[in-house]
Amino acid sequence: MTPETAILVALILPLAGALAIALAGRVSPNLRETVTLVTAAALIWVVWGLLPTLMAGGRPAVEISQVMPGLTIAFKVEPLGMLFAALASGLWIINSVYSIGYMRGNKEQNQTRFYTCFALALSATMGVAFAGNLFTLFLFYELLTLSTYPLVAHKGDPATVRSARVYLGVLLSTSIGLFLPAIIWTYMVAGTGDFTPGGILAGKLDDPAIGLLLGLFVFGIGKAAVMPVHRWLPAAMVAPTPVSALLHAVAVVKAGVFAITKIIVYVFGIDFLFDAPSSGWLLYMAAFTIIAASLIALRQTNIKRLLAYSTIAQLSYVVMAAAILKPLAEVGAAIHIVAHAFGKITLFFAAGAIYVASKKTELHQLRGIGRRMPWTTAAFSIGALSMIGVPPTAGFVSKWYILAGAFEADNLVAVFTIIASTALNAAYFLPILYLAWFERENSGAPEHGEAPLAAVLALCVTALLTLAFFLFNGPVIELESQVVRGIT
Amino acid sequence: MDLTAHLPALQVVVPMLSAPLVVLLQPRGLAWAGATVAALASFAIALALTIAVLDGQPQVYAMGGWPAPYGIALGVDAFSALVLLVVTGAGAASLLAARPSIDQQIEQERQPLFYSAWLLGLAGLVGIVVSADAFNIFVFMEISSLASYILIAGGPDRRALPAVFKYLIMGTIGATFYLIGVGLIYMMTGTLNLADMEARIGDVVDMNPILVAAGFITIGLALKAAVFPLHVWLPNAYTQAPHMVTVFLAACATKVALYVLIRFDYLVFQAKLADHEAQFALFALPLAILGILVASAVAMFEGNLKRLLATSSVAQIGYILLGASFVSQAGLSASVMHIFNHALAKGGLFLAVACLAYHYRDLRLDQLGGAAARMPWTCAALLVCGFSLIGIPGTAGFISKWLLISAALESGPWGWGLVAVILVSSLMAVVYIWRIVEALYFRAAVEGDSLPAEAPLQLLLVTWLVALLNIVFGLFPGVPLELANSTATLLAGFAS
Repeated sequence: MTPETAILVALILPLAGALAIALAGRVSPNLRETVTLVTAAALIWVVWGLLPTLMAGGRPAVEISQVMPGLTIAFKVEPLGMLFAALASGLWIINSVYSIGYMRGNKEQNQTRFYTCFALALSATMGVAFAGNLFTLFLFYELLTLSTYPLVAHKGDPATVRSARVYLGVLLSTSIGLFLPAIIWTYMVAGTGDFTPGGILAGKLDDPAIGLLLGLFVFGIGKAAVMPVHRWLPAAMVAPTPVSALLHAVAVVKAGVFAITKIIVYVFGIDFLFDAPSSGWLLYMAAFTIIAASLIALRQTNIKRLLAYSTIAQLSYVVMAAAILKPLAEVGAAIHIVAHAFGKITLFFAAGAIYVASKKTELHQLRGIGRRMPWTTAAFSIGALSMIGVPPTAGFVSKWYILAGAFEADNLVAVFTIIASTALNAAYFLPILYLAWFERENSGAPEHGEAPLAAVLALCVTALLTLAFFLFNGPVIELESQVVRGIT
Repeated sequence: MDLTAHLPALQVVVPMLSAPLVVLLQPRGLAWAGATVAALASFAIALALTIAVLDGQPQVYAMGGWPAPYGIALGVDAFSALVLLVVTGAGAASLLAARPSIDQQIEQERQPLFYSAWLLGLAGLVGIVVSADAFNIFVFMEISSLASYILIAGGPDRRALPAVFKYLIMGTIGATFYLIGVGLIYMMTGTLNLADMEARIGDVVDMNPILVAAGFITIGLALKAAVFPLHVWLPNAYTQAPHMVTVFLAACATKVALYVLIRFDYLVFQAKLADHEAQFALFALPLAILGILVASAVAMFEGNLKRLLATSSVAQIGYILLGASFVSQAGLSASVMHIFNHALAKGGLFLAVACLAYHYRDLRLDQLGGAAARMPWTCAALLVCGFSLIGIPGTAGFISKWLLISAALESGPWGWGLVAVILVSSLMAVVYIWRIVEALYFRAAVEGDSLPAEAPLQLLLVTWLVALLNIVFGLFPGVPLELANSTATLLAGFAS
């Protein structure tokens, strides 16, 4: 398979999988789950097969159609997109194993629709990752919103539908209201929207307009959840936990920060933006989001809502790292996409496993749960330590790079934000760990053990990945360094 | 005998002569078959004409061999070809799907007359499009209007009668205004042929009757086109009409009036009347903006599915007028493109409504709970066409929105304000489409005991065909875009 074919296959495979899942769902649940796992495995094979080409410096590209003169549906794989696609496809299979345990353990309704939409969402994610220009990115960005809506509204009761309305409302209105005009503006100014190393806007836009365009992009990409367009993420927590785990900790939200990073690097260009004073606000906005979201997380009593606010803060780490506009920080932004993914998916898996086993959703109910669910609690602890950035976890690696970039830029705001948020992360995660491991359970609590095997297996794997990434991150860093090669 | 040269005439003659023949086809189903064949034939003629136009040969036809200023002339250029495709396509698709729904709504013995009126309506609409003569446009306008009064009033619902009466009064005023305008111009120039008029009007532009004529013609056509605030006849007429008639009329009827408005204005007035550019923009732009915002806002609170979509049509007509009011090539291109794309989206939506109406007699949103579980294919098609109406990328609606926003950005200092209007109304479209989605997918079923059933296959297949066309033309808009661009070049050439 040539790399060009592989791009197309990566897009079509989950789509075909969705169709097969929908059909298999009429036959038997076991067949349906087999189809999901086979599709996920095949997708890994296809996407990861692209890695050697990318490592060797190849940039496979393919154009599907010219919609209008200058406006094409085209794909081009570059290191950022490769990393994102590899991450999402790799975690999909683990998440599918987990979903089987979770959905069956909870006896959820409409499971066929769930797995079908999940596969559709993955197809859209691949499209976002491999998009070769702004128009293609926008196309798949919107498809991702629409395909995840049924997953958020899964339960179908009035409260869930209301939350799903917030989800869709915020994401669609920001993307149509701000992202789309930003894209059209870019096409009109630059004559193209192709992602080009070094950017396409240099010399074509003047100062106050640069900051304005950047604002349209950053707030238009609502999936990145930079405050004040973050409200959809806590709302999305009404979805079943596997959705929160893969989509609202990895695929959807990372599509947002990934898109922002990609636009900063390939549309504006780091150097161009660094010389434009009007773009400076982005760093402060991201820093504010980090601190504010962490403070809100401190006050949460529901596990999933706490994790949602923690995600908002961690997403702004990526945005802030990208906004430092220094090579090391851009690498840090890319690595943080991976590091946070491993840690946060583990945390969500653990929260879901606790819910399946005991129906517990609140923090205070976790008292002494370490004795009943040792594996889950251990994994949760590893995820929490990674959020704080303690070695030997993945979170330490990315924080190191972002801090290095911040020092390189002499950016004390960024340095201070990272230190303060580390303290805040510790302040809301460590008490939970203490409660879970060292407190005694209230007497008369109902008996329960671990969640179904499939769920526990999945969360142990992601916890191990969180640890492993601390030691074996060489290839990722090497790949992402290509993004900034030649930029000082 | 080579028929190719006669295609512009055949375009009108085929549906018009089939209409009386269809009346004779009394046995069950034959009238439908006859009408459908005639509509398909006229769609095929429109396709052939489009191909000829794309080859760079605008078709001009002199009736009976009499040359243009004296005889009756027909003409087909890029603009007419695109609108012909829309009209005949809507006619063919709606007739093809119509049978199950019409059988349900119209008694067997009245059906031949009904189909005959349908063909007359089609003939009138295509007649307007191919005429190159101001008076024949009026004649065909009357034919199509009379036919559509019959069609709308033909349904089983008695509430259609007051609706159609309102439409009749408003439509007649509109046609009369148009006729007064044409009469004034005839008085001053002595010609009815549009091209001839354009050549001669230059000598008399400073005369008051010409100015008055421009006013009468613009307002008369705006009434026919349901431009805000002259739209009040439209929501009721579309809501009460038989479902398949709504599909046909909503997809093309007002667009033909807009076609005449744009064509007349650009071809005859723009180049010659002093300051006409600014006057036209000042007249059309505020009405377009108001129409877009007010109608979208009303649609957000509308409880009846059909009336909601009909109200949204008023907003969409605003988009078409907005593009034209920029008086620029990009604006015209966007405007013409939206004529095509909106016909696809709204035609598809009303087809899906017809599918729903096959089982649901009451089309209020709160009565449609649980429809998605019973009619999954219908609801999915409705969703796709709804995306197109909103302008989600990958659908036809996105293309026209992209062109419209680009044109607005080019149009001068208040460009950003216009972009804001377009975007805000897109978000309003999200709201009213999503109200439908939540009703269909998440509301509990009202009558619990009726059986789940899809719409008849014939209806469903056509609905899905149109839904898929929304996606196809969203990804490959080549042909309509080329037609829209050459239209814009043609008309903007007259304006400058």
